[in-house]
Amino acid sequence: MKKILVLFIFTAILFSCKGKEEAPKAPGKTLNGAGATFPYPLYSSWASSYYKETGKKVNYQSIGSGGGIRQITERTVDFGASDMPLKPEELEEKKLLQFPTVIGGVVVAVNIPELGEKTLVLDGNTLCKIFLGDIKTWDDPQLKALNPGLNLPSKPITPVYRSDGSGTTAIFTHYLVDVCPKWAKEIGFGTSVNFRVGIGAKGNEGVANYVKRTPYTIGYLEYAYAIQNKIPVTNLKNSQGKIVSPSVETFKEAAKTSKLDPAKHFYTWMTNAPGENSWPIAGATYILLAKEKVEVNKEVVKFFDWAFSQGDKSALDLHYVPLPEEVKAQIREYWKSQGLY
Amino acid sequence: MRKRKIINKIALTICFFTALWGLFWLFFIIFDVIQHGITALTPSLILNDPTPPDVPGGGLKHAIIGHLLITITATLIGVPIGVLGGTFLAEYGRNWRVSRIISFLADTMVSVPAIIVGAFVYAILVKPFGHFSGFAGAVALAIIMIPVIVRTTENMLSLIPWTLREAAFALGAPYYKVIFQIVYRGAGMGIFTGIILAIARVTGEAAPLLFTSFNNAFTSYDLREPLASLTVTIFQYAMGPYEEWHRQAWGASFLITLLILALTLLGRYLIKRRFRH
Amino acid sequence: MISSKKEYLFNAFFLLITGLSAFLIIVLLLGIFVVLFSESLPAIKKFGFVKFITTPTWDPVREIFGGAIPLFGTLVTSFLALIIAVPIALGIAIFISEVAPRSVKEPIGTAIELLAAIPSIIYGMWGLFTLAPLQAKYVEPFLQSTLGKLPYIGKLFSGVPLGIDLLTASLILSIMIIPFTASIARDAFQLVPAVLKESAYGLGATKWEVIKDVMIPYCKLGILGGIGLSLGRALGETMAVAFVLGNLNQFPSSLFSPTTTVTVKLANEFTEAEKDIHLASLFYLALLLFIMSFTILAIAKYLIQRTRNR
Repeated sequence: MKKILVLFIFTAILFSCKGKEEAPKAPGKTLNGAGATFPYPLYSSWASSYYKETGKKVNYQSIGSGGGIRQITERTVDFGASDMPLKPEELEEKKLLQFPTVIGGVVVAVNIPELGEKTLVLDGNTLCKIFLGDIKTWDDPQLKALNPGLNLPSKPITPVYRSDGSGTTAIFTHYLVDVCPKWAKEIGFGTSVNFRVGIGAKGNEGVANYVKRTPYTIGYLEYAYAIQNKIPVTNLKNSQGKIVSPSVETFKEAAKTSKLDPAKHFYTWMTNAPGENSWPIAGATYILLAKEKVEVNKEVVKFFDWAFSQGDKSALDLHYVPLPEEVKAQIREYWKSQGLY
Repeated sequence: MRKRKIINKIALTICFFTALWGLFWLFFIIFDVIQHGITALTPSLILNDPTPPDVPGGGLKHAIIGHLLITITATLIGVPIGVLGGTFLAEYGRNWRVSRIISFLADTMVSVPAIIVGAFVYAILVKPFGHFSGFAGAVALAIIMIPVIVRTTENMLSLIPWTLREAAFALGAPYYKVIFQIVYRGAGMGIFTGIILAIARVTGEAAPLLFTSFNNAFTSYDLREPLASLTVTIFQYAMGPYEEWHRQAWGASFLITLLILALTLLGRYLIKRRFRH
Repeated sequence: MISSKKEYLFNAFFLLITGLSAFLIIVLLLGIFVVLFSESLPAIKKFGFVKFITTPTWDPVREIFGGAIPLFGTLVTSFLALIIAVPIALGIAIFISEVAPRSVKEPIGTAIELLAAIPSIIYGMWGLFTLAPLQAKYVEPFLQSTLGKLPYIGKLFSGVPLGIDLLTASLILSIMIIPFTASIARDAFQLVPAVLKESAYGLGATKWEVIKDVMIPYCKLGILGGIGLSLGRALGETMAVAFVLGNLNQFPSSLFSPTTTVTVKLANEFTEAEKDIHLASLFYLALLLFIMSFTILAIAKYLIQRTRNR
């Protein structure tokens, strides 16, 4: 009896030690990626079809853009993903490569029961003032001026923002920095900023639920989530003074009119883009690669090359906007110049 | 006199209502999870690999297998260490000052926020080796499990009357033999119960797995690779935009709640049986 | 006695491995402390201690970080949870040990303990999807129209009732800690010598008087310890409150304000912190929380130990 017990304990200890020794070995063929939450549904859809066609596994997990940047910097994953582009200097310093994969739009969702089926119009200035707490009620004269035909109630506005750090917040706040000097001076942009008023909610889903459930709220979220949750969204006045509604076309227009420069590793912001029909709060989501891992990178590039040629349909099905063909060509050139394609 | 009797009645009735309050929340939560979870529970949920959100029929096979692998490995690491450590505190080291300190530290360790344990394991097992692994997740869970088992083992062993040991010593048995043949035999069921409750405790953790075992979109049996788990999957699916994912998140919640409640009830039952004898 | 040498070796070996296993606890705890400390070092250097805990600003863009609000929020949610949970937990303990008929004692006791077994992520999901909407729709407007009308304390119920706030978070926390306080109070009640109770009954005391004047005074250290343990638990709870507190970096102005706690900040920002100082500040918060809960638990343990030794 005791021998069996001793034996058991020994094997258990041996097992636990053995496990520790084995751990450092390189993982199998699976490519592991981590980062932005926004493209997660799309990457997982692409990965699933890619596996069916080629037998290669790509495991992408959404841990947030900041997490993606951190994990690829610490080289714990094969590729990182971020909704916020890194500056060329930063990429240099962390020895990373970067390219965009798909475009998304951030929309402004509102819940004003009095509106019915009608759509609210906002511009950069009023949106900024609402999130600064300078415009406090829905019947503010500045809002009335933009929406002459609407019956705006005299109710306090509750802004809703992302409480977890997020690329969506980065794109949204970058837009406010572009259009609103006071925001640029007092708050700035980033994945999480120091919001002064309103309520935080976790994730796009949190914001969507919140706005849907609570009258007189206003929040920003990814387009896909607004569509899925059937939340009323506002139209916006863009940089050309034209009122646009969020759609695949207006997002694409924003991408076309932004300068994506391979020499700068495609670093750009698509917010407040100049095009006539551009949706003003658009942004690309990016992939980050570790420069020295050439062999792994070649595999990652193969996956995204496949996605660029085969994946547009599933992107559109999931309410993402594929990159324009000319941008894809630029990215392929960029891969070639890095010896990965 | 009458007034005192009335006060007595009122006070005891209030106590009755506090018990109802506790039960109310328990049933509220459980029924809510069942109500949302039962509709999600289909054979495909358990048998299929996950599919992208636009393809129906995805399942949680990867998460169930990963979850079991991580929990079993954590148990294999945590149980021997915990039982041995508890044995030291109750037997060899019982008169040492350091044992009391360790026993106290184990108690406080039980309440360390789980997310901190995750960050710790990330620093020692993920960053140095350059990749996430199911093994790192198992170690994180084991670290949460060890103090729980140490403390129950210590408690259970000290319940064995000291005279029993002395009788064995008198026969010339060495201490380790006394521990194995007298003490463990007597406290075996109690320790086993403690282990079950410890497993129930760690298997519901999401925070320590996020940065250690990470997650995997495919079914994998390899502890050196990132592994999916039910809890991390709930965390991710609950935040996604798709109805289908919410359904699966509730399904996973249902499975995990069922598992934990079953384990806990089993543990309670064993305790009760033990003390009846 | 040929085997005695072998047995001696075996014994020494067994002593060694048990000793090492026990010692591992110290190693792990120290390891956790060292990792937390070294990761938070940049923030400790930059902000110091007093400045960090008194600064309410949390501005990742300007890289100014202060922990005043999350630390305050942690204490407030935990204390509110205690205020709700302690009387109820005591009531439950009294009910189970003194009032309930023998046949329902065990089932009710087990059911209450099951509350502790439900994983916190389930509490979180349930809190967000089920409890918060109910709070916003029924409970909070009701409180506002009744208690909110009272002078002084009415202020506590001002604001827009959204369900994602201090009250909901504390309520969920209180449900989670009820079983801890209740089971420790139950254990403590069992230690009351029967002689004491019987002599009080002999003097004609009612059941309630025995509980109030004999049992509770006798167990007060143990109960205090149980409260401390529950407080330690409430302080470190992550997932359950992460969903329902809003993570707004502002001091709460009423029970209906969203605010933040250390763990809520960790859960929401840990993965997204891209600047080193941001991450270091989060680790710094975690370190402070660790020290805080460690101290409270130490005191609680000491109190419980003292009742047991009596």
